[in-house]
Amino acid sequence: MNIFIILGMGAAVGFLSGMFGVGGGFLITPLLIFYNIPPVVAVATGANQVVASSVSGAITHFRRGTLDMKLGTILLIGGLVGATVGVWIFSWLRSIGQLDLFISLLYVVLLSTIGVLMLQESVRAMRKAKLNQPLPLKRPGQHNWVHRLPLKMRFKKSKIYLSAIPVVMLGFFIGILTSIMGVGGGFIMVPAMIYLLRIPTNVVVGTSLFQIIFVTAYTTMVQAATNYSVDIVLAFILMVAGVIGAQYGVRVGQKLRGEQLRALLALLVLAVGIRLAIGLFIRPEDLYSVAVGGIGY
Amino acid sequence: MLKQLALLSMFIIAPAGVSLAQLPLGEASSAQEGLDIGVSSNEIAITSDFRGADLTVFGAITNADDLLLAIGQYDIIVTLEGPRDYATVRRKERVLGIWINTESMTFEQVPESYSIASTRQLDDETQLTALDNIGVGIEHLPLNPTGYIRDVGQLSEFREAYRRLKLSGGLYQKETSGVRFVSSSLFRASLRLPANVPDGVHIVRAYLFKGGTQVTQREIPLRVVKTGLEQAITDAAHDRPLAYGAFCVLIAMLTGWGASLVFRKD
Repeated sequence: MNIFIILGMGAAVGFLSGMFGVGGGFLITPLLIFYNIPPVVAVATGANQVVASSVSGAITHFRRGTLDMKLGTILLIGGLVGATVGVWIFSWLRSIGQLDLFISLLYVVLLSTIGVLMLQESVRAMRKAKLNQPLPLKRPGQHNWVHRLPLKMRFKKSKIYLSAIPVVMLGFFIGILTSIMGVGGGFIMVPAMIYLLRIPTNVVVGTSLFQIIFVTAYTTMVQAATNYSVDIVLAFILMVAGVIGAQYGVRVGQKLRGEQLRALLALLVLAVGIRLAIGLFIRPEDLYSVAVGGIGY
Repeated sequence: MLKQLALLSMFIIAPAGVSLAQLPLGEASSAQEGLDIGVSSNEIAITSDFRGADLTVFGAITNADDLLLAIGQYDIIVTLEGPRDYATVRRKERVLGIWINTESMTFEQVPESYSIASTRQLDDETQLTALDNIGVGIEHLPLNPTGYIRDVGQLSEFREAYRRLKLSGGLYQKETSGVRFVSSSLFRASLRLPANVPDGVHIVRAYLFKGGTQVTQREIPLRVVKTGLEQAITDAAHDRPLAYGAFCVLIAMLTGWGASLVFRKD
């Protein structure tokens, strides 16, 4: 393992995450896998790295007052249960020898879906901008099926009255993704909160970061205890390079135009997804593999 | 009639076979040969820049028959066996275009690493049978499957794959001329420890063969330990996993918090 490659990887992903305002976990884990780090280690270490990158973001939002603690806590309850279930699924997949395949498949599905959606959206926006048409502001309707669910609660900071059920469910789903894929899950949580739960945009990012910190921290602990797969040296190098890279990314991101930026990120996400997909389809050099440990390990 | 004939021939052949096998053993020596070995160090430290190491084993044959020594009737095999654990071999197959692990087989308690050196290529029939019986050599290590086996016919394929993968990964090594006599009865064996050698107690074993039959064996333990920061981290991760996990989280939170302090825009 070359320390400079890891540093470069962390800095590059940090730069991109600063530039696009994403967590970067969904890029770190596949990159580590490409660098022949076992997926078990890549996922657990990725989760640990996300803790660092989301703490600094959450602090900023907390200072600005754009973090809804109550909403975040309810998301977190779902997230912790989801992460527990996720680690259980993770260990089970590992014991039957299907973990690597499952991680790759999940990434291929997720990255290609998100990449295509983002690309479509940004190309449409660019075309509109070229024709000098004003962008039609998407005004989400005030109510949808989510708002007919029981167990409603009032969230003062977000100024909404919303059922706890979809919030817990969303947290739960993201928790599973965190523990199996080593991602924060912000790239799914943020759109879901805006378009599905109709939560005001200004509190969405801060609140999702709050959930991400604790779910990734919890996942790191549980992975360390069950699979011994957190590599603190690797994680620390990634963290330090990542937070520094992010600062420069933010600066560059402010100078570029939004649509072009999103199109770029979409292409990058697609490229990573395609690279992972190719790995699934080409015939492996050796059909056999050996793992130390018996059934159940 | 035919059965009786077969039975009769067995009686005639059997004693002849026994006496033939005993011939090189019985006549020449009066005292039993012995074997003494020593290792250059009984502990190997793995530092963070460990690139593998060579282990030299010295030994002497005691009570050797000079004539048999002179004509090269003695063979020495030295092995270095790593800690034992279960090993699972998996095979991929194409399912809907994707390569998926479908079949698997778990072998019970096999050495994680194995290095063997001998005086020469061991190929005659008696010797191979002897090696099979004592389970010495990469091809002769007992690989016993555990658990439910769907298809016994695949056993040899999986065993062969295990040996091949271990050899290509460098964890299993063999050197057919790794043992050399430095004088008539003194020998020196070099064994290679790969860079990814597992830590734990390894065992150096030396076997003395006379005319293809095992006479005696000796063994000494060799400790392979990770040192410095590497060991501290590995130990902590395995012995106190929860505390280690909490430490990892703390480091991450401090890094994130530190970054928000350093790069604060006021």
